Amino acid sequence: MAKPKVATTHMAGCFGCHMSLLDIDERLVQLIELVDFDKSPIDDIKRFTGPVDVGIIEGGCSSQENYEVLKMFRKHCKVLVAVGECALTGGIPAMRNTVPLKECMEEAYLKGPSVVDGVIPNDPDIPLMLDKVYPVHEVVKIDYFIPGCPPPADAFWQVLTALLAGKEPVITYEALKYD
Amino acid sequence: MSNGKITIYVDDVEVTTEAGKTIMEACDAVGIYIPRLCYHKDLVPAGHCRVCTVKVNGKPTNACTFPVQEGLVVENDTDELKEFRRHVIEMLFVEGNHVCPYCEKQGNCELQALAYRFGMLAPTYPYLYPKIEVDATHPDVYIDRNRCVLCGRCVRASRDLDGKSVFGFVGRGKGKRIAVNAEHSLSETQLQAADRAAEICPTGSIVVKRTGYRVPYGKRLYDKEPIGSDIEAKAKG
Amino acid sequence: MSQTQKSVIAGIVKKYNKARHRLMDIARDVQAQYGCISDESAKTIADELGIPFVEVIDMVSFYYFLSREQKGKSVIRLSDSVVDRMSGNREVAKAFEKAAGIPFGGTTADGAITLEYTSDIGMCDQAPAALVNGMVMTKLCPEDVPRIVDGLKKGKPPGEKAKDGVRPDARVDLNLIQPGEVIFSPVERGAAVRAMANLSPEEVIDTVTKSGLRGRGGAGFPTGMKWSFCRKAKGEQHYVICNADEGEPGTFKDRVVLTEVPDLLFAGMTIAGYAIGAAEGVLYLRGEYGYLLSYLEQVLARRRHLGLLGENIAGKEGFDFDIRIQMGAGAYVCGEESSLIESLEGKRGAPRDRPPYPVTKGYMNQPSAVNNVETLCCVARILEKGADWFKAIGTKDSTGTKLLSVSGDCKRPGVYEVEFGLLVDELLDLVGADDAQAVQIGGPSGSCIAPKDFGRKICFEDLPTGGSVIVFGKNRDMLEIVREFTEFFIEESCGWCAPCRVGTTLLKLMLEKVIEGRGTKADLADLENIGETIKAMSRCGLGQTAANPVLTTLKNMPEIYRARLKAEEFVPPFQIDKALADGIAIAGREPVWEEEL
Repeated sequence: MAKPKVATTHMAGCFGCHMSLLDIDERLVQLIELVDFDKSPIDDIKRFTGPVDVGIIEGGCSSQENYEVLKMFRKHCKVLVAVGECALTGGIPAMRNTVPLKECMEEAYLKGPSVVDGVIPNDPDIPLMLDKVYPVHEVVKIDYFIPGCPPPADAFWQVLTALLAGKEPVITYEALKYD
Repeated sequence: MSNGKITIYVDDVEVTTEAGKTIMEACDAVGIYIPRLCYHKDLVPAGHCRVCTVKVNGKPTNACTFPVQEGLVVENDTDELKEFRRHVIEMLFVEGNHVCPYCEKQGNCELQALAYRFGMLAPTYPYLYPKIEVDATHPDVYIDRNRCVLCGRCVRASRDLDGKSVFGFVGRGKGKRIAVNAEHSLSETQLQAADRAAEICPTGSIVVKRTGYRVPYGKRLYDKEPIGSDIEAKAKG
Repeated sequence: MSQTQKSVIAGIVKKYNKARHRLMDIARDVQAQYGCISDESAKTIADELGIPFVEVIDMVSFYYFLSREQKGKSVIRLSDSVVDRMSGNREVAKAFEKAAGIPFGGTTADGAITLEYTSDIGMCDQAPAALVNGMVMTKLCPEDVPRIVDGLKKGKPPGEKAKDGVRPDARVDLNLIQPGEVIFSPVERGAAVRAMANLSPEEVIDTVTKSGLRGRGGAGFPTGMKWSFCRKAKGEQHYVICNADEGEPGTFKDRVVLTEVPDLLFAGMTIAGYAIGAAEGVLYLRGEYGYLLSYLEQVLARRRHLGLLGENIAGKEGFDFDIRIQMGAGAYVCGEESSLIESLEGKRGAPRDRPPYPVTKGYMNQPSAVNNVETLCCVARILEKGADWFKAIGTKDSTGTKLLSVSGDCKRPGVYEVEFGLLVDELLDLVGADDAQAVQIGGPSGSCIAPKDFGRKICFEDLPTGGSVIVFGKNRDMLEIVREFTEFFIEESCGWCAPCRVGTTLLKLMLEKVIEGRGTKADLADLENIGETIKAMSRCGLGQTAANPVLTTLKNMPEIYRARLKAEEFVPPFQIDKALADGIAIAGREPVWEEEL
């Protein structure tokens, strides 16, 4: 029987959640026994090769591209899991949410104290920014959440193994963290 | 009712207490934890957060101010009330900008701890992301109103324990904020880092500078045991 | 700040005997003199009273009619209730914006005029209405506006003198459509107080108890029982407080009572004072009714002159009682009795936790009986005509008559004194409402009922009401009305407790999603959940009823929600077009989409 497939992605965030996923240490070997990775920065597969069982989203939705990735994950994955504070709340990138986008861009690229001859980058390949960084569950339907910054490796393990075993995931008290 | 004792019934458990106590005090004494946020044992209770809402003879009321009376029937740990309390905690999260990852109070924050206790993964309500001022003018203490839950502990502590009235409220409704007793900023007040008002904030809104992150992850106040465990231990011990 | 200003403020503080609890009056006087209560003024007030500065700004910042910032020389506050909107106040607003050249919320560059919206000012029977420098103007239409603005620029007062020269000089119609036998039958000044003088205080309470009188504010607590508790409570002083802060949108009955039969009310307060053993009564008059103040002061002066107030009232040796009027300053929550008491004490109008109840610890921590205007009027009549007479009117558990303020889609808006037990259908006939799709009974904090319930009775046993009745014709968008009512509660939430402060905003967001046609079944469940949380967890009556517009329409007219739902199980709150608009504008290019989407 084919192993269940897992896909992962990171959006507006720091990649720390992926690092924490790798932090399950020797249990990684066990995980590889259980699943195959599809589209993911871990194996560098860029496009979905087919339907996926579990999609893992790190980071908030901050740009047009993030939005497209989210939609694509929702389309291809049976179950979506949002991981980490940025995906769940917008997190640190969402600190920009209280400032209008134009002001943010001008501060970063034109008026900041270290800027010399600044210009707001606008190459056609640069994704358009959204007005705010959105928690991912405000954009697509999310089935499960793993909070934390990053989520403890145990939290990843508890949720993933439960899902793969067809059980309802429960995060234990010590593994439930927002920081 | 003999010798001044009073019996109340909390989730069908008989609790013996005495006149003059509140429901919360009576329950604390026997190891029944009623979740609370704006309450502090050294302060006059003020009923801001509503997290300690219980049902008394079927009617919701806050346990921190309600005096015990003979025969009161109190509901506390019911599914309905737990659900209501979780909703209120979620409301507090989306109302402000509570970015736990870099907050100096992380691991020791009562709001965070309550959310853990209620098993909140992510608030189900939309974040409101208000724009709120930070006041870091004081050499030893800052106010980050982004994390304020308007519990008024600082107001009460400064007025009643420190005798200074450094803090108050301004505005109303969703525009209500903590104000300082000065025309401009905290640095103009009499606040000192050693004041009770500087340490009594349940969240990371009022923080004594250069004290954050001292206890490592895993050893902080609420890392291992849920908030309220100390009270519940009384029942077991 | 100049020395003169300092000494003027010191003089104002001294005028109120440097009493902390008169802070509200002090602030009103300072604002009348200097246009606002600046931080410097606040500092001077604080020093003169010997209280922290932060306590002054705490109070001042709470009330909409008090300001820490300088506003225009003339302030136009356009009433923005649901009924004002139904009557076209937004057209009037546009005319004001055009005439003054500024948007609402702004002040003209020359500092002449400020435009603001305000909650219901008690003129729904003659909407759209506005307060212009505190003067009431009603039935406004866009054509009136240029003249008003011109006049203000030239320094002319906006109002027209009342024709009879006795009544208050504002442009307000009385609109007493149906007087009844309890409140609006002719008053013989002094009759009730003389009847009182023949009884002992206990006998007065017995009479009121026997009459079956229940509080007219809506909750219906038996008045005799309240007074009996209050009389028995120990305290250095007892106080009578009359709640004339009728802020419930759609209510204006107290306006008519205060204009037509103020003597009846003051007699009722005097009787209450005698019954509970009080020497002082306070009438808390909503700031919006400031135009009635001097008129009411005249009525009080006349009563003092006639020996109906003051010492040894009506010849009763040792019964001394007087009444003062406390002006409010624009806060709906102050209609809640414990908030009202806080406000009377010169603080922000935040409610108190109960117990203790006001009857044991109220104003100045002393036993206080807080009663509605209408209740106290009933008391005077009961003393005059007897408990049995009163009991014969109305139903078994709701004795007497009820004043209803009727507005909205009907031919004859105004005040009706009706016998308790009247059917909603009968009322609708009476007021000339033939196409009602819904009726809001008791204002937004009450319930919205649909035609299937028009056979219900207005009384405490069935449909209790403080008196506001708003009729919605069949062409009104009910969800929009629910949204506007919810906005009202957002504006008026005092912010003390989280469920009301935050929950009301969340309700509005979710409602808007449904109104925009993006709601789902799950959203309706969320609306109900949030509503129930606000109801169960809020500290006071405002919060506990703030979700009623949503909850009662979900229950009584679920079809208005269902008609707008999407079939999908999940529709996100997020909208890509809106979220991308700024980004597109900044980059100056349109998004290119992945083919797959």
